[in-house]
Order: sequence, then structure tokens, then C-alpha cells
Amino acid sequence: MSNNTDQQNTDLDQLVGETTGTPFLPDEKVKMSARNVDVFYADKQAIFDNSLDIGKNEVLAMIGPSGCGKSTFLRTLNRMNDTIPICRITGEIKLDDENIYGKDIDPVLLRARVGMVFQKPNPFPKSIYDNVAYGPRLHGLARNKADLDEIVVTSLKRAGLFDEVKDRLDASGTGLSGGQQQRLCIARTIAVSPEVILMDEPASALDPIATAIIEELIDELRQNFTIAIVTHSMQQAARVSQRTAYFHLGKLVEVGETNQIFTNPAHQLTENYITGRFG
Amino acid sequence: MNNTEQIKRSLKKRYAKERRFRLYGLTAIVVSFLFLFTLLADITLKAIPAFTQAWVQLDVSFESDTLGLDNVNEQTINEGKFRKAVKSSTYNLFPDVSKRKQKKELSALVSGGAQYQIRDQLLDNPEWLGTTQTVWVKADDQLDVWLESDGELGKISEQQEQWIAALQEQDRIKRSFNTTLFTAGDSREPEQAGILGALVGSLLTLAVTLVLSITVGVATAIYLEIFAPQNRFTDFIEININNLAAVPSIIFGLLGLAIFISLFGVPRSTPLVGGLVLSLMTLPTIIVSSRAALKSVPPSLMEAALGLGASKMQAVFQHALPLAMPGILTGAIIGMAQALGETAPLLMIGMVAFIVDVPSGVLDAATVLPVQIYLWADSPERAFTAMTAAGILILLVFLVAMNSLAIVLRKRFERRW
Repeated sequence: MSNNTDQQNTDLDQLVGETTGTPFLPDEKVKMSARNVDVFYADKQAIFDNSLDIGKNEVLAMIGPSGCGKSTFLRTLNRMNDTIPICRITGEIKLDDENIYGKDIDPVLLRARVGMVFQKPNPFPKSIYDNVAYGPRLHGLARNKADLDEIVVTSLKRAGLFDEVKDRLDASGTGLSGGQQQRLCIARTIAVSPEVILMDEPASALDPIATAIIEELIDELRQNFTIAIVTHSMQQAARVSQRTAYFHLGKLVEVGETNQIFTNPAHQLTENYITGRFG
Repeated sequence: MNNTEQIKRSLKKRYAKERRFRLYGLTAIVVSFLFLFTLLADITLKAIPAFTQAWVQLDVSFESDTLGLDNVNEQTINEGKFRKAVKSSTYNLFPDVSKRKQKKELSALVSGGAQYQIRDQLLDNPEWLGTTQTVWVKADDQLDVWLESDGELGKISEQQEQWIAALQEQDRIKRSFNTTLFTAGDSREPEQAGILGALVGSLLTLAVTLVLSITVGVATAIYLEIFAPQNRFTDFIEININNLAAVPSIIFGLLGLAIFISLFGVPRSTPLVGGLVLSLMTLPTIIVSSRAALKSVPPSLMEAALGLGASKMQAVFQHALPLAMPGILTGAIIGMAQALGETAPLLMIGMVAFIVDVPSGVLDAATVLPVQIYLWADSPERAFTAMTAAGILILLVFLVAMNSLAIVLRKRFERRW
């Protein structure tokens, strides 16, 4: 590590200090846990020594100003950062007590267990049916055609899209509206039955009505999945999440119950951000 | 108010500028089309004579004595004196010709290949032995050229002119479509020469090139674009691939001679070695365009597949490659078109040889269309001028057909959403 980064580190430590609030949960509630995670892009450090638990069946919102590392942190949770050659990660991230960066962990299997919904809707240029069926086919989750049909229909229903597309399952997924495309992507993700769903600003490219539908959906999905969502909108975080984490310049500043974070933040930086003084 | 006036004045100028620019563009297009049209018209006009062939009618006597044959079968047929039979039936057209020199001129009107033609006809009709048959045989190329040019070209003496007139009177000379052009290999005699050998040679060579350059090229592109680590070594490879595209094609011929023929012992003059050399030449084109096509696939799609738990390989082959296919095909078309028209590297590996037989596999000696055109253009016989033009036309047709097929394929790939 260069001296420059060390210097930066010290400054940040003085500014932020230890993470305030409740980053850790009781063991029986924990689904994923991150300990002392650092992320580097070549020589530049993007995430500084962050530790955080994500609870079972909870929606954890990650908020913070642009470039604060919340998306980067999210992508470490299913090793999507592996696809960036210059990216390097240290620390420990566990899924159900298993280190996902361990030697015997296959990232392909991990990504089937920890699914991801991206910022921009990215359906495959295939039919709606094939989009949803892609994951189950990939992993051989369906024994026969009827099984697969069942998975596709259930997934589309759970994503709240089925009624809108039931007559045109073989139409192109890219021909849907933006909000429908994003719900298709969610259906595609849940078709693999992951345990955790990561969402990277899933509603940022959508209009308010589509956003509201997605937010409702997230709340419903919480029954079955653990969800970590990165969002730019504090209202959205307040509406959909149970816990909220605030990131600042790659450092986790404060974690707590969503109500508490938005009504009574403990850290000065958090307060500045949610009251709109910067960000 | 002042401003509006100012803008109005400048507007006029701006529109004039635009009109001038459009005019330049239109002129450029018209001029280039004119050149293209002139070229095509010239080639077509020059090629027309090659598509017709003059025939002379002879009464050939298939007597056992004259032929020296007692029975007709595959073994004995080659002992027949067909040359003599053709000669005597030619002399019989004008029985009063007796001088040796005149006889020579007379028999020069008939193609040297006539003896083989009547031999084959007898073999097909063994019952002809002992009879006299009226058969059409090919006229000599000089007569052919002379007829086609209305007496302007072709080495025809005054004496021969009189004979031709007499023969025409008796309807013993006809012109018909020249099927030999499409059914025979090369020959020193223009009336016997055809393009089939070169056509098949080109097809075989291109098949080898296509298989090698597409598999190796696309695999290289996928590896370099998606799997390869970004380091000095891959940079070095990339620079070299780009440089390869700028290497003069004859160098590839030398390389093929040194490596494939001398070192590995691949038989020379064959479509195999030709295909190998042309693959080397087209590889850079295919690699560069395939990489560009892969790069243009939205990364979000790869991410989506990876995020669902697809392996990198699955993400590439199921998502990136189908979307990149039109671009890859475009590169392949350009590469193949280059390979089809390439002559220089093939000269170095012996594909310029005079080869009569139509190749039946990638290990037979062969020549290719552009080399055949080059060979014909180099031949002294007048009739080869038209053959050269016809060869160029056929090459162009081949090229257009190939490109159309590729465009159809590309459209099909593009139509999938």
C-alpha cells in the first residue's frame, strides 16, 4: 500500500472513526456477514475496513453520496467484482458461516445463492419465458418442461409481472417497458431461488409509478429472501428497509434501524447527509 | 432587428454551403458509378465471345481399317487412329485439295481436340464401328475468333476464308453456347480450356481458409477479449496481430513456402497449403473485427448472465457470441473476399502451375480463379483474351454470390430480437 493511501486512511479514520450504531446482529439472525473488508482498484482503495451483518429476511438499505463505495461493497457480496481484473479484496465475507472468498467456494454456485438485480434493466434479448427460464435451465433446476413452466409462472407472479405478460410469454423481453423489464429481471433472479438478493439502485432508471410497484415488490419478497439494496433515494430507503447503512468515502459510518437513522442519526456525517447538507 | 438581418444574411451563405457540399457528394457517387459501369461493361463485352463456340460438321468414317480397331472397349479404344480419321474426314470436305501445304491449312480449321471427342463418342456408341457418321466437332480457336470478330481478328488465310464460306453455305459451321468453359480444366488450346478446375480449386481453398480462419480467429478473439489477463504479453500479441494485417500478402506466400511446404512437407500447389496461407492472411481481419463485435455487446448482459450463476464460458457462448455474430460474420466476409481475390501469396506456393485436371480434394494440385485469370491473360492465343474477361466475370459473380449469402446469414442472426 502506498503512503498516499495510508495518509488517506488516517484522515478518514479521524473523520469517521469506528462505525456507529449496530452493524452486528445476534448470531441466530445473521444471513451474511462482512468483517474488515477492504477493496482496492489497482492501487486505489475504494472500501476501508468495513464490517457489517445482514439479517435473515430483512431489507438492508445502503445509502450515501455518489462514489461512497456502496455499490462496490454490494458487489463484493456475490463476488461480481471478480470480473474486474484490477479489483482486489481483503477481509472476510461469510454466507451462513461459510467464507465466500474461501478456496473451495465456486463463484458460480455462490451467484446462484446470492442473486443480483442491476441498476439498468438488462433483460436478455430473448423471449420473456426464456429470460426467466435461463437460470433454472443453467443449473438444471427443472426436471421437465412442466416443472420449468411452473417455475417461470411462479417467478413472474412473485415479481408481479405475470398478469401483464401472460398472453405474450414468447415476446421479446427487451420489448417491455422499463419498469416491466426491471420486474422481469427480478423474476429472472428469483427463478433460481437464491437466498439473498442484491439490488443495485433497481429503481433509479424508472418513473415514480414503476418505482412504487418495485418497492411494494421488495417488501413482499422479504418474506422469502434476504435483500440488500443500494439506493440514491432516502425516501426509498425509508420506505422499503428495516435497517439502513450509511457509507461515506468508502467507509461505513453508521448502521441502525431505518427509523432511528432517519429520525435520530447518531453520527454527524449521517445527519448532514439525510438533512440534505451535502450528497 | 439588427441581429435578425445579420442571421438572415449568413443563413443564405450557410444554405449555399450545404448545397455545394451535397453536390460534391453526388458528383463523387456519379463519377464512381460511371467508372464501375464502364469497367463492368467493358469486361462483359470482351467476355461475350468466350461464351460461344464454333463447330464444324464432319462425316467421320469409323471403319475398322482406318481406325485400326476390331472392337470397341475401354482397353482397345486408345489404340485407335482417331487423329487420322479426323484428318481424312476434313480432307473429304474439299476433295480437290491435294497440296501438302493446303491440306495442312485445311486441317487447321478443326480443333486439335476433335480426335478425343470422336474417340469418346465412339466409346459411347460402339455400334458406330464400321459406319460413317455425321458429327459436329469443335472448330479451331482461330476460326472461332475470326467468326466472332466478323473477320477482323484471327489468323485465317484467304484460302481458308473461301473454305469457310463454302462450309457456311453447306451449313457445316454452327455456333453454340460454350459449355466447355464450365466443364473443363485448363488447356493450352483455348477451345478446350475451361474454368471448372480453377473454380473447384478456389472453392476447396476457400473451404480450408474458412474453417481454419473462423475457428482460430473467433477463438483468439474470444480469448483475448474476455479471458486473457491484461498484461504486457497480451499487449504484445495484440500489436502483432494488428501489424500482421499490414504485411504485404506475398510475404505470407514466402512464409507458407518456408514453413508449410519446406518444414512440414505439405504438398505444394494444393488447396490445403493455399488455404493455410490464406488463413494466415485473413486471420488478422477476422480477429480484429470479432473483437470489435464482442466489445460492442453491452457488458450488462454478460453481468446479468454471470449474476445468475453462468460461468464465464456460458455467458460468452450463450449471450455475447450470438449478439456479436453479425459483426463476426462481416469480418469473415471481408476476409473471405480478400482471400478469394488473392493471387500473390499463391504464386509462391506453386498454385500458378498449369494444371489440367479438376481437383477432387484438398490434396490435389489445383489453381484458383484469380491465378487462372492471370495465366490466361499471359497466354499468346487471341481467344484467351475473351476467356480472361469471362474468368473475371465468373470471379465477380462468385464474389457477389458469396457476399449475398453472407448478408442473408447476417440478417438471419440479426433478426433474433
